[in-house]
Amino acid sequence: MKRLPVVLFLAWLSLLFYSSIWLFMSGFLLMRIELNNQSSCAEPPPPGVPKTLQPDQAPCWFPLKFQKAVIVIIDALKYDFAKYDPENTDPKPFQNKLEVIHHLTQTQPLHARLYPFRADPPTTTMQRIKGVTTGSLPTFVDVGSNFASYAIQEDNLIHQLVQNGKKVVFMGDDTWDGLFPKKFYKSYFFPSFNVKDLHTVDDGIFRHLYPTVDGGDWDVLIAHFLGVDHCGHKHGPDHPETAKKLAQMNDMIRSLIEHLDDSTLLVVAGDHGMTDTGDHGGDSEKEVNAALFLYSKAPLFGGQLETDPDAVPQVNLVPTLALLLGIPIPYSNLGAVMGDLFHSVHSEASAYQINAQQVDRFLHSYSLAAGDLPAEKLRHLKDLFSSVTEEYERLMSTWSESAALSESDASLQKLVRRQQRYLVEARAVCMESWARFHPLRMIAGCTILSLCCLLCYLVSAAGPSLNVTYKYFLGLPACWSLGTALLLSLGVWTSVLDLDSVSLCFWVSLASLLSFFYYFRKRSCIKNKPRSRSSSLLLSMPSVVLFFRCCSLFSDSFVVAEGEVAPYLLTFLLTVTVAKLHWDGRLTLPIFTPIGSETLKPTLSPSYKREAPRLLGLLLVLTVCVRLSGVFHSCREETPDCQPSPLLAPLASVQDAQIKNLWYMVCVVFLCVIVYLLRKWLQHYGNLNSSSPVVLYVRWGFPLVAMGISCFWALSCGTDDSLTKLQDFTRLALVTFPRVIYALTCLGLLLVIWNPVTVFTKKSRDSDADNTVTTYHGTPGSEAELLHVIPQIYRKMQRNLKNRLQQGTEEKEGKKTAAVEAFGLGSVYSAAMVVTLTLLALVLLMLHSERLTPSFFLLLLEAGLVLYIHSHVANLRSSPDGAELFLVPWYAVTAWTLAATQGFYTTGHQPVFPAIHWNAAFVGFQDGHNNSIVLPAMLVAANTFSSHILFSAGSVLLLLWPFLCEAPIARRKKPKAEPRDGKTRRMTCQ
Amino acid sequence: MDETEIRRLSVGHVFSILAVVFSLCIPPLFLDNFSLLETHVTWLCICSACVAAVNVILLLTLKPNPSSKRISFGTKVNKFSKSCIYFLISCLLFHGIIVLYGAPLVESVPETFIFSVLLSSLTTSRCLCILGPNFPAWVRVFSRDGAMSVWDHSLQITTVCSVVGAWLGAFPIPLDWDRPWQVWPISCSLGATFGYMCGLLLAPAWIYWNRKKLTYKSR
Ligand SMILES: [Zn+2]
Ligand SMILES: [Zn+2]
Repeated sequence: MKRLPVVLFLAWLSLLFYSSIWLFMSGFLLMRIELNNQSSCAEPPPPGVPKTLQPDQAPCWFPLKFQKAVIVIIDALKYDFAKYDPENTDPKPFQNKLEVIHHLTQTQPLHARLYPFRADPPTTTMQRIKGVTTGSLPTFVDVGSNFASYAIQEDNLIHQLVQNGKKVVFMGDDTWDGLFPKKFYKSYFFPSFNVKDLHTVDDGIFRHLYPTVDGGDWDVLIAHFLGVDHCGHKHGPDHPETAKKLAQMNDMIRSLIEHLDDSTLLVVAGDHGMTDTGDHGGDSEKEVNAALFLYSKAPLFGGQLETDPDAVPQVNLVPTLALLLGIPIPYSNLGAVMGDLFHSVHSEASAYQINAQQVDRFLHSYSLAAGDLPAEKLRHLKDLFSSVTEEYERLMSTWSESAALSESDASLQKLVRRQQRYLVEARAVCMESWARFHPLRMIAGCTILSLCCLLCYLVSAAGPSLNVTYKYFLGLPACWSLGTALLLSLGVWTSVLDLDSVSLCFWVSLASLLSFFYYFRKRSCIKNKPRSRSSSLLLSMPSVVLFFRCCSLFSDSFVVAEGEVAPYLLTFLLTVTVAKLHWDGRLTLPIFTPIGSETLKPTLSPSYKREAPRLLGLLLVLTVCVRLSGVFHSCREETPDCQPSPLLAPLASVQDAQIKNLWYMVCVVFLCVIVYLLRKWLQHYGNLNSSSPVVLYVRWGFPLVAMGISCFWALSCGTDDSLTKLQDFTRLALVTFPRVIYALTCLGLLLVIWNPVTVFTKKSRDSDADNTVTTYHGTPGSEAELLHVIPQIYRKMQRNLKNRLQQGTEEKEGKKTAAVEAFGLGSVYSAAMVVTLTLLALVLLMLHSERLTPSFFLLLLEAGLVLYIHSHVANLRSSPDGAELFLVPWYAVTAWTLAATQGFYTTGHQPVFPAIHWNAAFVGFQDGHNNSIVLPAMLVAANTFSSHILFSAGSVLLLLWPFLCEAPIARRKKPKAEPRDGKTRRMTCQ
Repeated sequence: MDETEIRRLSVGHVFSILAVVFSLCIPPLFLDNFSLLETHVTWLCICSACVAAVNVILLLTLKPNPSSKRISFGTKVNKFSKSCIYFLISCLLFHGIIVLYGAPLVESVPETFIFSVLLSSLTTSRCLCILGPNFPAWVRVFSRDGAMSVWDHSLQITTVCSVVGAWLGAFPIPLDWDRPWQVWPISCSLGATFGYMCGLLLAPAWIYWNRKKLTYKSR
C-alpha cells in the first residue's frame, strides 16, 4: 500500500465530511438578510407623515421632545440589581445597591420609571448593542462574530443621529468603535476584552464623563460601563466586589443627574442580565431580564402607575428614542414605541401610526429582498395595517373637528391597542421566520455524513488488503464530482435548473461518494474477501453501544444529559469487553479434563490467570475515575435544578484565604504528580536513559513548565487590592509566565518532532578485557555488590550470544555486526506520544481555571487506564503470532471517543454558549489582543475542545500501546527489580 | 438429551414467573394504597422476597443439582450460612457497581440498596440455589463451554437477561417526559424484572430448540 494515495484519499474524505457538516449547519444555524436601506426625514414611510403632524410643526417624522439625551449602558445590569426592596433587611451583595433609582421613582413618579427590559437572545454584548441601535433581531449566526466586531451595515440610531446633525459623544466599551467606525463626534474608547479587568473602562469613563457633560458640546452622550459585567465574569454576582461596583454605579447616576439640565433625557439600561455564575449569552430568564431606567427633569410620563410597569422588549427603545429626539426611526426597526412616554392619547396614536408605517415599509422591502417570510402571514399583516391606517385617518379627521372629547379619546385608546397588536404580531412573524430550520438541508447533511461514515467503516474493515490507488480512489471520484458540478452549473446557467449553492454542494458530494462506493465494490469483489467477519462485527457489542450513542444524539433529552450518558456507555462497554474475555475463556487457564473421568467437577473448577485480577482492578479504578471526574460538571440552562460545580470558578473568587491556600496546594500537588508520573513512566520503560534532547526536556523542561504554571496561578488568584504596590510587576508577570510556558511548549513539541526517538543504544565493545566475571569473595553481602555482579554476568551472556551469532553471519557475509543494547525499545513510538500528550495537557490545563487540575489528572489517568485495559485485552486475545495486534478493535476506538466526550464535560464544559470559558483568551494576554481575532479564538477553542484535542492526538496510542514491552506472559517471568539501581528495563536486540 | 429435565426446568420457570406475578397481584389485597409506582420500595421488597423464596422452594423440590453423596446436617448448615454471606456480599457488590454506573451516592441510598437486593435475588439467589456457594463453579458456568446441564443454561440466560434489562431500564431516565416511572430506581427495577421474566420464558424455548446440539458430558 502506497502512502500518498491513502493520505490523499483520507483528505478527500474529510473534505466531504466537512461539506456535509456545512450542509447540516446551513439548515440548522439561523440566518436573516440585512437590508441596507436607510430612513430619512424627507422620505417618511407611506402614506406619509400623519395629517396632524404637518411639516411645519414636525421638523422630521415627529416633533422632537428632548434636545439632548444621555444614554448610560451598564453592561449586565440585571433587573434584580436595579430593583430596590425596602423590606429586605439582609440584602445580598447585588441587592438594594442602586437606591438612587428607588429614591427617584418614589419621589418623582412623573419623572422617573424603572422597567424590566427584555433582551432577545443571544444575550452577548455585541448582539445586544446591535439590537438596541437597529431595532432588529440578530440571529444565531451573529453569535460567532463577537470577537472582532464588524461595522453595522443596517440603518441604526447612531447613523440617524449623525445624519440629522446631532453630535454624538461616546465613552466606554471599544466594541462600539468596531460597530460604528468614525460615526462619533468625540469618542473615548477603552479596551473591553479583558474580562478580568474590572476598572479600566469605568475609571476611563469617569475621567471624561462630567467634564464632557458640563462642556455642553454634545447632543447625545453614550457611556457604556463594563465593570458590573466583568465583575460577574470574574467573581459571580454574589460577591462583595459586585456590591462595590454597584455602589459606584449608584454614585455615578446620582452625580450625573446633578449635572443634567431640563431638556435632557437620561436613559440607564442594561444590555442583558447574568446567570448565577455571572455568565450570559443564552436565553434563560436570568440572562434576558435586564433593567431600563428613564429619567428627566421635565415631566416624562402622563400619569402615575399603580403597579410596577410591564416588561419592555429591548428593541422598543429604538423607535421611542428616535421619535423623542426627533429623528427618523431606523429602517429595519421592529420595535414598538413606548406609549406612556407620549403624554396625550392623540400623540400616542400618531407615534404608533408612524411606527406602524415604518414597520410595514420594512416588511414590504424585506419580502422583496428575501422570500423567507411566509406569504399568508404577510398578507394578514398587510390587511391589519390597512385597516388600522383607515381607522386612524377617520379618527384623526373627526378629532380635529371636535376638539378633545372623552369618547373620541376612548376610540383612540381602542385604535392604539390595535396598532400595538399589529406591531407585536409583525415582530412575532419575523422572529418565527428567522428562527426557522430547513429540514431538507439537515437531512441532506446527515445523509452525506452517514455515507462518509459507512465508507470509512468499509475501508477500515477491508484493512490493508484494500489497494488504494490514485486511479480508483482519487481520480475517478474527483472526475465524477467535477462532472456533476459542471453539469449542474450548466443547468443553472441556462436556467433549466433552479439550484442554490447548498444543494449543488450536496449533489457533488453525493456523486463523489457514490463513485467511491462503486469502485470500492468493484475492487473488493476482485479481492474476493470473505464477508463473514465484517458482518459479525456489525452485530457486536461496540456497535450496539455506538448505535445507542448515535440514537441518543437525535433526542434533545439525551443531548442535555450527554455528560451522564457518555460515562454510562463507556463503563458498560469496557465491562462487557472484560466479561466477553471471560466468556471466551481467555481469563482462565486452559482446563485439561481426562475424558471419561468420573471425578469431573473438581478438575473443572477453573483457575484464573494472573491477568484477571489485574484487569478487574484496572476496570474498577477506571470506573471510579470516571465517576469521580463527574464532580467537575457544568450546567446548562435547560436543567434548572442543576448546580454547577463550585470548582469551576477561578481561585480568585474564593474569599476565605485559608481555603484558597489549601486549594492552591492541592492543584500544585496534582500538577507535580502529573509531571512525576510521566517521568516514572519513561523510567519504567527505560526511555529516560537516552541522551536525546527530548529526554533532557523531560528532565528539566517539564518541572520548569509546572513551576511556571504554579507561579502564574499564585499571581492570578491574588485579589486586586492586595497587591497595589506591586501592581506593575504583577501585570508584567501575569503576561510573562504564560508566554514563557507557551514558548517552552513549542520548544518541547519541536524537539519531539525533530527527534522523537528516545531509545538509549549502547554499542558494546568487542575488545572488552574482562572475559571473566570478577566475583567477590564470599557471598554478596550488600546490594551494591549484587549490582556490580549482575551486569557482568549479563554482559558475559551477551558476549556468548553474540559470538555464536557472529559465527553464523561471518560465514555468510564475512562482516562483523555489533550487538546493540537498546533501552526503551518497546516504547519507542509511544514514548514520544506520551511526552507530547503530557505537554499538551499541561498547556491546556493552564487555559482552564486552577481547580480543574484534579480533573485533568483524572482525564490523563483515564486515558492511560483505557490504554492499559486495551493492551491487556489485546494481548490476551491475540494468537501467538500477534498478527491481530496490528488491528485496532472497534471497542477500543469507541471507548476512546466516549472517553473524549466524557472529558469534554468533566473539564467544566457544556455545548452551550454561556458555558464557553472566555477567560481562556486572556491567559498570557491580560491587556487584550489589539483587535486581533485569530489568537483569542484559538485559545478559546483550545480550552473548549481540550479533551477532544488530547484524545485525538493520543489516538495513535491505541495502536502502539499493546506493543509496549509488557506482554503479560513475558512479564511474569521478569524479576520485579531490575539491575542498575532499578532504573532501566531493557530489551536486547540484535 | 433428556426431555424430562427440560420439562422439570419449564415447571420451575413457570413457578418463578408466578412469583413475580404474585408480588404484583396479591399485596393490594392486604395492603392499603399499594401501587407499583408510588410504593415502589415496598414492591421491591415483596418481589425480591417472593423470587428468592420460590428459588429456595424449587431447590428443595426439584433438586437441580443432585449429588450422590449424603450430606450431613452440619454441612447443610455450613452451606446455608455460607449462602447467606454470599448473598449479602453480592447485595453490597451490586450496590457499589450501581453507584459506579452513575446512581446517586448520597441521596436515595435505601432505594439503591433495595434495588441491588432485587438484582441479587434475581441473579445471585438462583446461582446459589443451582450451583451452591461454590464460586469457581459460578465462574465456570459463565463461560462459553461451561454449562453442564439445562439448569446451567437457564442460569446463564436469566442472569444475562436480568442484568441487560436493568441496564436498558436506565435509558428512559434522562427523557423529559415527566412520567412517574422515570424516577430512580423504578425504571431500572422494572427493566430487571422484565428481563428476568423474558429470560425465564426464553431459556426453556432456547434449550428445546437447541436440544440436538447440546450434549452434556456429565450426563
Ligand atoms: Zn454585555
Ligand atoms: Zn459579559
